[in-house]
Amino acid sequence: MKITRNAAGWLNVAPLLAILIPFFIVPICVILAVSFMQTDGFGGIFPDFTLDNYIGVFTSELTYRLYYETFKFTLLTLFFTAIIGFWIAYFLVFHVRSKILAMGLFLVCTVPFWTSNIIRMISWIPLLGKEGLINTGLEGAGVIDQPLTFLLFSPFSVVVAYVHQLTIFMIVPIFNSLSRIDKRLVEAALDAGASRFDILRLIILPMSKSGIALGAIFVVSIVMGDFFVVKVMSGGGTASVVGAFYEDVSVLQYPTAAASAIILTVVVMLLVAAILRVVDIRKEISL
Amino acid sequence: MKTGNGDIELAGIVKSYDEGRTYAVNGINLKIPDGAYCCLLGPSGCGKSTILRMIAGHEDPTAGEIVIGGENVVGLAPVERRTAMMFQSYALFPHLSVRDNIAFALRVRGQSKAERYRKADEMIEKVRLTELADRLPGQLSGGQQQRVALARAAITEPRVLLLDEPLSALDEHLRIRMRSELRSMQQDLGITFIHVTHTQMEAIALADMVVVMDKGVIRQSGPAREIYSAPKDRYVAEFIGGQNVLSGKVGKVNGARATMLGASFSEIAIPLPSGRHLEAGQPLDIAIRRDDIELKPYAEKPMLAEDAASVEGTVSAIEYQGNYVKVMLDAAGEDEFVAFVPERKFFENNLTVGEKVLAVWQVTHTQVMA
Repeated sequence: MKITRNAAGWLNVAPLLAILIPFFIVPICVILAVSFMQTDGFGGIFPDFTLDNYIGVFTSELTYRLYYETFKFTLLTLFFTAIIGFWIAYFLVFHVRSKILAMGLFLVCTVPFWTSNIIRMISWIPLLGKEGLINTGLEGAGVIDQPLTFLLFSPFSVVVAYVHQLTIFMIVPIFNSLSRIDKRLVEAALDAGASRFDILRLIILPMSKSGIALGAIFVVSIVMGDFFVVKVMSGGGTASVVGAFYEDVSVLQYPTAAASAIILTVVVMLLVAAILRVVDIRKEISL
Repeated sequence: MKTGNGDIELAGIVKSYDEGRTYAVNGINLKIPDGAYCCLLGPSGCGKSTILRMIAGHEDPTAGEIVIGGENVVGLAPVERRTAMMFQSYALFPHLSVRDNIAFALRVRGQSKAERYRKADEMIEKVRLTELADRLPGQLSGGQQQRVALARAAITEPRVLLLDEPLSALDEHLRIRMRSELRSMQQDLGITFIHVTHTQMEAIALADMVVVMDKGVIRQSGPAREIYSAPKDRYVAEFIGGQNVLSGKVGKVNGARATMLGASFSEIAIPLPSGRHLEAGQPLDIAIRRDDIELKPYAEKPMLAEDAASVEGTVSAIEYQGNYVKVMLDAAGEDEFVAFVPERKFFENNLTVGEKVLAVWQVTHTQVMA
């Protein structure tokens, strides 16, 4: 039996569709539908069209405060992961001469991921806590006489946890795009009289833009959609967008939660679209 | 745009790796005059690119001096040497337009946008890329990319331009065209060009000075004609091509002539090289240009002129080349013994494969080698 080109194409995408349709498209459609429905306040949902859920979310001052907080974490995380990620990837690609050693060090970067997210977060407590390593160390050295309280259960510790967790998502795509840069370009730039900083600024950074963008998409979508890290690392002191509609779900306000979820999805999509507008990442994903 | 002082002297250059266990370059002494077109010629791995990179300042010699314009430049950065390099497969910056590629060196020197674009545009016009100035390198053909690379290297007004296999990325047709462009660009700029290649025809066609290298040492250097018609040893003769090399021992030496004896040919008359003493029995290589060889019927052997030398052989293959015919012989025990017979002449007395012939040349056309 001869398969036509068209049929072969559909066969190729079939596995992807088999996952995307039942586990992504259908749930999103259900949530979209629910977000326009009414509730009795006890978990019951009536298929009566209403915009009240959206109006409620948009008129609440809390929404804007939560988005402000979440954007703040996203930007800070993006900033630090991009700098650290680029730094590490640059070192691995341009300063480690042996390819095997570079690969080995690259794998070392993934070691923290051999354990669960929760353990990784808890492990910050003995370091950052009131009686933690840093505070006792500084006290012992006589630098401070009161333990520093901003270290743990604070916005600071949230950002630390995010950066710890997400830097790898920057390292991988940046490493990938840096290793595709022909080393002779660096030599050609040196030959033209460029300083190390010029080479970084004019050659390497522009050529790794797509890697940074790809990493930024991972970081932005993960931080925007997170509530767990904020909850644990802020000690409950800071809320997040997702945290808020998680609360809604727990008090059975499904339509409001659905509306919030749809809004967040749209916001994240707009952010990703904005990143893609600035940087063409096609060459990074095509091989 | 003559910038002067582009004469180069390499004195005792050595480059070794693994603490002296392997040598890429092993004791090179070479003088290249200002404004010369010099080709470093050799098979891959002979150290020619390493020499180029050491002159450029991308590698440091283990020992020896590199003197450009009377100044030892070892340890100086490429910019301070006022050399510019054109890289193999060009290494153009893929994210910058043609204009920005060419203006790059001026940009890192802190020139204003207007100023550097004005200079870049002049250079773009010189290499005839004006319509393509805003394109990215990926959108250009191989020949156009080469011109961008050349313009990018030349914009800093270097005193030496170093070209690493500049034509190897091009197809045969374009190679010959870009070759003459390179030459005219060199005459236009009036600066020293050092061009690394493994293609002998390229070197002979372009260079004022050809340097033949093998395994990190120079085998012979000199004008193209000298390299081609008077190779110093078997390696040079075979690498440059166009020569038949015969090995043997010196036979009789008398007055202005000598003879050479070989394992698979009888006595051949050879000229006595001036300034060299030949001893009977001493091993010797000689070279005879393939176009100096005339093929005669075997029966004419007793009728050969006084000043002719000959070996006998059988025709093993014939290749038609257009303006000449390449006749391969089994002769003198060599792997390759070839005569280039002018086309018209060949068809006057049509030879066939398997025919026994006499390869005849004038004794004075023999090149006596080491």
